Amino acid sequence: MALHKVLGTETEYGIVVRGDPGFNPAVASSLVVNSYPGQRVKVQWSYEEESPGRDARGFGHDTYGLIDPEGAVVNSVLSNGARLYVDHAHPEYSGPETYDPREAALFDKAGELVMHRAALAAGEAAGRHISLYKNNSDGKGNSYGAHENYLLSRETPFADIIRYGMTFMVTRQVFTGSGKVGKENDRPDIEFQITQRADFFEEEVGLETTLKRPIINTRDEPHGDPAQYRRLHVIIGDANLSEYQNFLKLGSTALLLAALEDGAIPDSLDLADPVESCWQVSHDLTMGRPLELDGGGTATVLEIQGRYLEWLSKYVEKELDDPVWDQVIAEWERTLTLLGSEPDKLADTLDWVAKKRLFEGYIARDGLSWTNSKLRALDLQYHDVDPAKSLYDRLASRGSMRRLFTDEEIAHAAANPPTRTRAYFRGRCVSEFPGSLVAANWDSLVFDIGESHLKRVPMMEPLRGDAALVADLLDNAEDAADLLRRLEG
Amino acid sequence: MSDRERGQADGRRQQRDEDQSAEAVETEADLDALDDLLDEIDEVLEENAEEFVKNYVQKGGQ
Repeated sequence: MALHKVLGTETEYGIVVRGDPGFNPAVASSLVVNSYPGQRVKVQWSYEEESPGRDARGFGHDTYGLIDPEGAVVNSVLSNGARLYVDHAHPEYSGPETYDPREAALFDKAGELVMHRAALAAGEAAGRHISLYKNNSDGKGNSYGAHENYLLSRETPFADIIRYGMTFMVTRQVFTGSGKVGKENDRPDIEFQITQRADFFEEEVGLETTLKRPIINTRDEPHGDPAQYRRLHVIIGDANLSEYQNFLKLGSTALLLAALEDGAIPDSLDLADPVESCWQVSHDLTMGRPLELDGGGTATVLEIQGRYLEWLSKYVEKELDDPVWDQVIAEWERTLTLLGSEPDKLADTLDWVAKKRLFEGYIARDGLSWTNSKLRALDLQYHDVDPAKSLYDRLASRGSMRRLFTDEEIAHAAANPPTRTRAYFRGRCVSEFPGSLVAANWDSLVFDIGESHLKRVPMMEPLRGDAALVADLLDNAEDAADLLRRLEG
Repeated sequence: MSDRERGQADGRRQQRDEDQSAEAVETEADLDALDDLLDEIDEVLEENAEEFVKNYVQKGGQ
């Protein structure tokens, strides 16, 4: 039986300081992260396992006069178990480890609320309006990521992930895309395409994340016991505003990986040219142009996705009891059926379809062409995290987008950790013992309890540290020193 | 909405009025909803689209 698919998301947000086109994005991002008013602990983050060059935190010229003495600490752990920090020149929210795709989508959504609050506080402190965008492209050839992470067994050969994952990653774009006006990165001209990210993928497999991006990323950083675990770092996906779409993206991918580990994917459905197909899928709004298969023959993107759905429906029926997987299958079926017959009906579920409907409405009403900057502005504004500006939120508040979560659930998830993974322990420690927590990583916490040495608590098991195991311990601990004593005892 | 735009919207509504099928009724509701939506979005749109788009530059991402 496949390892339980613990999963989560990490999203870099676009940033703009209004009235200051020359703003330094690293400084502004630091200000956003450091201004977050919610419960959190600013910590040292252990970079031991992170690649060199990722820590491009240039504290440049204009600091708006207000980076505080702790300004250099642009890392924090939140009371919901997430990490809020600056990566390159963007504020980034890495959601906590979650137990299932519904929860992963919920904590990803909570990230938008965290970012909105942080941007408001930063704007107030700086005396300027700071806007954040949950998207993946500036429309000028610069892209930034919305990554997903899935726990795998170390025993799963990486070659199998490449073999059985490649075609799935390319074809899932029909329901993972957030839509984009125009093309980038020297791709052929197009009015509108399904994804934000496809234009930036240039390799099949590789370690890069910032240039020549690969469809399958090989970063080997398990954030857990390396003898037992792998973490698949998926970089070919869009940041989704739609709750259902995010749920479907995370759920279908987790299922594919579980089935792959159990040997339940009978055919790798190899594409002749995965990179070319990746661009084609994103650019083909008809979803009908045949994709060349390796070894001859063709299939449409929906035919290929239909095969995965068929295999994974059977897998769920046979292997998985949790109803959340039935919900993934039902949503997947609805999506593929409508994509094949009446794709416009998915304007209530898929960001790219919702945007297309909106833009075509503007084109018809105002007589615009697809290259009009008004459409590009609408495209960006769809992703604004400020509900007063976000076009997604306009749609959602009118009932034009289906909601998977209530506002109360999202607010709760922004402040409280998920209960079924080690993120529970991390989040609760942030709430209960903020003064004693000095450093963190995904797989450890470090406490200062006033002794000569700092105390490190390893968390190498992603499912250990859940509420069932440690809630009583945390409820009863008087302070961090007492907690550590109880943990040892 | 400008007069020209109002004229276009009215024109579309008139066109739709001429079709009586059930499907058309549904489409009409969709289009009315879309017209309302666009009107609502007009209220919050970035004031200077060209400037806004020009200044939106994001370097250094993954």
